[in-house]
Amino acid sequence: MSRSQCMLRFTVNGQDRAVRVFPMKRLLDVLREDLRLTGTKEGCGEGECGSCSIRMNGALVNSCLVPVLQAEGADIQTVEGLATSGSLHPLQQAFLQCGGAQCGICTPGMLMAATQLLSINPHPTMAEIREGLAGNLCRCTGFIRIFDSVIAAAARNQSSDQAVHAR
Amino acid sequence: MSTNAKTRIVGAPVLRKEGVDKLLGRARYVDDIDREGMWPGATVRSTIPRGFIRSIGFDRRIDWSEFTIVSAADIPGKNHVQLIFADQPCLADGIVNHCDEAILLLAHPDKHKLREAVDAVHIEYEPLPPIFTIEESERQELVVWGSDNVVKSFLLEKGDVDSVWADAAHIVEGEYRTGAQEHLYIENNGVIADWNEAAGITVWGSLQCPYYVHRSLLAVFDLPEDKVRVIQTETGGAFGGKEDYPSTLAAHAALLAMKSCHPIKMVYDRMEDLAATTKRHPSRIRHRTALDKDGKLLAMDIDIATDAGAYSTLSSTVLSRATLHSPGPYVCPNVRIRSRAWATNTVPYGAFRGFGAPQAIFAIERHMDEIASEIDIDPIELRRRNFLHDGDTTATEQVMRDPVILDQLLDRALRESDYHAKRARFATENPTSAVKRGMGVAAFYHGSGFTGSGERYLNSLAGVDVTPVGKLRVLVANTEFGQGTNTILTQIAAEAIGIGYDDVIMAPADTGIVPNSGPTVASRTSMVVGRLIERACSQLIAMLREHAGLGEHFTSEEFFEASERYRAAHGEVVSLCRYEAPPNVFWDDQKYRGEAYPAYAWSIQIAQVAVDTVTYSAEVEDFWAVQEVGRVLNPVLAGGQIEGGVAQGIGYALYEKVVLQSGHMANNQMTNYIMPTAEDVPLIHVFFEEIPFQHGAFGAKGIGELPHDGPAPAILNAIKDATGVSFRSIPLLPEDLFEKLVAREIVEEAATI
Amino acid sequence: MRGNPDAHEIVAPGNLAAVLDLLAGAPGEWTPIAGGTELMVAHAAGRLAAPKLVSLWGIRELRFIKTGADTISIGAGTTFRELRADAGVAAHLPLLVKAASWIGSIANQSRATVGGNLVNGSPAADSSPALLVYDAEVELISARGSRRIPYSEFHTGYKRNAMAPDELLFAVHLPLRFARHRQYLRKVGTRRAMAISKVALAGTATVEKGVVSELRLAAASLAPFPVRLYKTETALLGKPINSSTIQSAREALLAEAKPIDDIRSTSEYRKRVAANLLEEFLVELRSESPPK
Repeated sequence: MSRSQCMLRFTVNGQDRAVRVFPMKRLLDVLREDLRLTGTKEGCGEGECGSCSIRMNGALVNSCLVPVLQAEGADIQTVEGLATSGSLHPLQQAFLQCGGAQCGICTPGMLMAATQLLSINPHPTMAEIREGLAGNLCRCTGFIRIFDSVIAAAARNQSSDQAVHAR
Repeated sequence: MSTNAKTRIVGAPVLRKEGVDKLLGRARYVDDIDREGMWPGATVRSTIPRGFIRSIGFDRRIDWSEFTIVSAADIPGKNHVQLIFADQPCLADGIVNHCDEAILLLAHPDKHKLREAVDAVHIEYEPLPPIFTIEESERQELVVWGSDNVVKSFLLEKGDVDSVWADAAHIVEGEYRTGAQEHLYIENNGVIADWNEAAGITVWGSLQCPYYVHRSLLAVFDLPEDKVRVIQTETGGAFGGKEDYPSTLAAHAALLAMKSCHPIKMVYDRMEDLAATTKRHPSRIRHRTALDKDGKLLAMDIDIATDAGAYSTLSSTVLSRATLHSPGPYVCPNVRIRSRAWATNTVPYGAFRGFGAPQAIFAIERHMDEIASEIDIDPIELRRRNFLHDGDTTATEQVMRDPVILDQLLDRALRESDYHAKRARFATENPTSAVKRGMGVAAFYHGSGFTGSGERYLNSLAGVDVTPVGKLRVLVANTEFGQGTNTILTQIAAEAIGIGYDDVIMAPADTGIVPNSGPTVASRTSMVVGRLIERACSQLIAMLREHAGLGEHFTSEEFFEASERYRAAHGEVVSLCRYEAPPNVFWDDQKYRGEAYPAYAWSIQIAQVAVDTVTYSAEVEDFWAVQEVGRVLNPVLAGGQIEGGVAQGIGYALYEKVVLQSGHMANNQMTNYIMPTAEDVPLIHVFFEEIPFQHGAFGAKGIGELPHDGPAPAILNAIKDATGVSFRSIPLLPEDLFEKLVAREIVEEAATI
Repeated sequence: MRGNPDAHEIVAPGNLAAVLDLLAGAPGEWTPIAGGTELMVAHAAGRLAAPKLVSLWGIRELRFIKTGADTISIGAGTTFRELRADAGVAAHLPLLVKAASWIGSIANQSRATVGGNLVNGSPAADSSPALLVYDAEVELISARGSRRIPYSEFHTGYKRNAMAPDELLFAVHLPLRFARHRQYLRKVGTRRAMAISKVALAGTATVEKGVVSELRLAAASLAPFPVRLYKTETALLGKPINSSTIQSAREALLAEAKPIDDIRSTSEYRKRVAANLLEEFLVELRSESPPK
């Protein structure tokens, strides 16, 4: 028996979007397939690796575990929404300088987790950084230079006038 | 090109070449790519470890006319995956030899219907008795491969081992085991294949070696070289897991593309990737060692057994490297190494960072600590008394002509880790603490590049050209998968010519565009391929000086202007170089004697481990890695390689276990195959010493695999230091620590009654 | 992705009454889904059997934390992130805050709900041991009304619970009477984060006049569902804490615990570690309450 698709609306990276999809389609697949935002990745489909992490209504979530129906009306941020016209986000700049990305597949999710962390806790301790990123697996870096990147971005925030835009 | 010359770009922490795209989420991995008319493909796999296929049934509830179905019968050329031997079929034909072996391929435009269809194929088997362990294979009661289950064997002999036992002051024996390990790249294996009459086959994929895949497809499809094109897509981690496996996957997708007349995408999900693709070879290594009264090595008798799985894949070369790394970085006049790779009915094992060295080094470095405690010499001192030095010969009679600075590395590692003070402190704290702490050391080398005559056989070709829009383009088939290939090779080219880092770009790793510069494996890229790029750049400058008026000194602008003058006269501006073996390199492939590797990277690693006697879990609290890898081409990338390799080595030692049930990986989900998270990794302190290697690009040697060799023995040596209990097998999980620690507690309790 | 979105109907009525009417109208036909951190994993694995799902996500009536004079009430739709951030929970129910920090990862905590954790009924459920030693009550609600039962009676077997087909878990109520109790909670997993419990032990206790006057012990992964360890409690109640009673308590726990071997761990390991955790708790109790 065929179920019906439905029209769902939400905001992605500040833009209003509408899709006609099966409500049990995963938000991850809607982002990647219907909206062609392929920056968010699938690494496991189980909510273990975090490469599908996005920010939804101000919270970090694994988009592979969200039925798109539950994203109706939500304010969503993906990696594509970090940089602002021509400039890397301070976290992206820090990752670039510190070597926080190697193969890059975990990077979008890691950036989302780091953005979330710094939006709630602009000057995290090492323990808080580790906890904030514990849901994002990186097989290449051993995490060390990812920690360095977050510390560098936090330090830069401290000395700059611009606050990280918290959603 | 002087390896000691001052450089502006090489050695500098220039930014990752493709970094911005990765950070913006713009980098395109294979699953991000769609082609018009593309269908997903899927694989029907064996559910038994060994047996004949009696029948294949298709459930009537599916309309199979909508599907493309491929079996072995559809293979136009040879039904095998060409690696070393040709024993692995591309698709099972009448018999399966391991669980999850590919039998049928299906394609359909709707991925959900495709999924249903996979479950609707019913295969009837006539099971044959399977074997699952090295020991079962050795008994040879059941022969599942060749005539005797032995996929490969080596015998390496130096001196006369048997002449020594009778008079030796000490003889120490030990057996050491390592388990399988999964690469766990965060991007699963995946390819897209297309076929048409005119172009032949094109494959895009997450892979390390486009030309390996190319060669494999030629055999499967019986096509000429120019009718197969393989293009690497941005690759999300590999570690060896995309060295051999993509040849199989590419053939599968191409078969479906050919039969369906549609582009086909096959990207595994995590469950399938974990269950069906290659992993690190499990091993059992036995040492019997004779020493004199001062703890100097007199003889090493080593027996190596690896589990190859059901087909050979790269088992012979993994065994080779294990053999050559098994004696450790020590001088020993008499050595015998017998090694064999044994076939079992498990998913074939393959390449994984270290490639036999982690297994071998685990055994020797654990064994050195066991010797130390048995003959009552400090483990550091024991190593110092036996280290290789300049001019010494190895087990293959290779003379160490380049400096060997193990003592210096060890001094630095001990100092940076505050090793002696910490051990003293732990010795006083441990007796009254529930958490016992210890320090452990591992000393090792990693041979850079292919063994012996391997590079001659590869006969790599690489170089540069200049594009009409004014960029120097690096032409190599070597791939970026996080380790820094793009950055390093552009640094080398920019430095070698004398232009800016941004003046250089990488040509795509596309067999239709770049020459075969060999695979991206064996820690050879910087050293060997980088060297070819260096030479090609020198050659290009010479060409432009001779034919296009390029001056003795020149600016970037002048370089590109001269290139355009050259192009006007000759049509293109390209400079390629072929591999040349360093002089005086002698290698006997039969006797395994001579220069085993052109260069060695050297390392000392120290682990500080805490063992919690309430939960029996061991955690690495701190870690130091000191290494000599020739010239460090980019300190950020090099440091990242060491840190990442150490983290994987920690996983190998304490967290990562492949649980097989009847030959099938039962824990094939990330929730049950455990790698360390950001909360589990220690800080990793990295220190480089640099002795430029004259035959490597700007003095570089290999670096990528070295750091994975040492953590496991360093950690288990630390656990022995902390608890006094010897563990000789990895992965070492709390359940394993528990068994031995509790048994000892019971003994201690009994002793106090 | 092995699941088929087209094979499942999901509706989001948006308010509690509508959900209860739906459940009443077709008892057992609708599977409630809150944050999806369990059901969506099954969906991706092709193992989601439920053809009809009703979303509880965002329903305000289910998402609350009320701190009263003698009770804290937590709506079943409350996420673990919300639990961690609540001042009342932090002040009165520290074990629950600790347990909440163990759930998956930050991303999982944003979506996983208290209700989901309990109804999923894994023997390894992270919040259960703390709830058991805090004498939690669960409130079950349906179109017919609501009822409360002790949480200790909620689980009736492996992945089976006391709810009727038309019922929903509405809230968890926790009495605020553990301020004076010593409290303990420790989880042992495969790693420090993102780990399913191999074993976890929770405890609340008072020691008066040198003997254990109140004791509640609860464990994860020692039985088909999270349980109070009544026999082990009995072995200690009214007794002083010394090496002899610690030893007999260990033995009582080893006898009471019925863990299994599974893909994550072994029965022997779980029993032994649980006994070690118990000893660790008892030693803490002894050191904080010196005998008279």
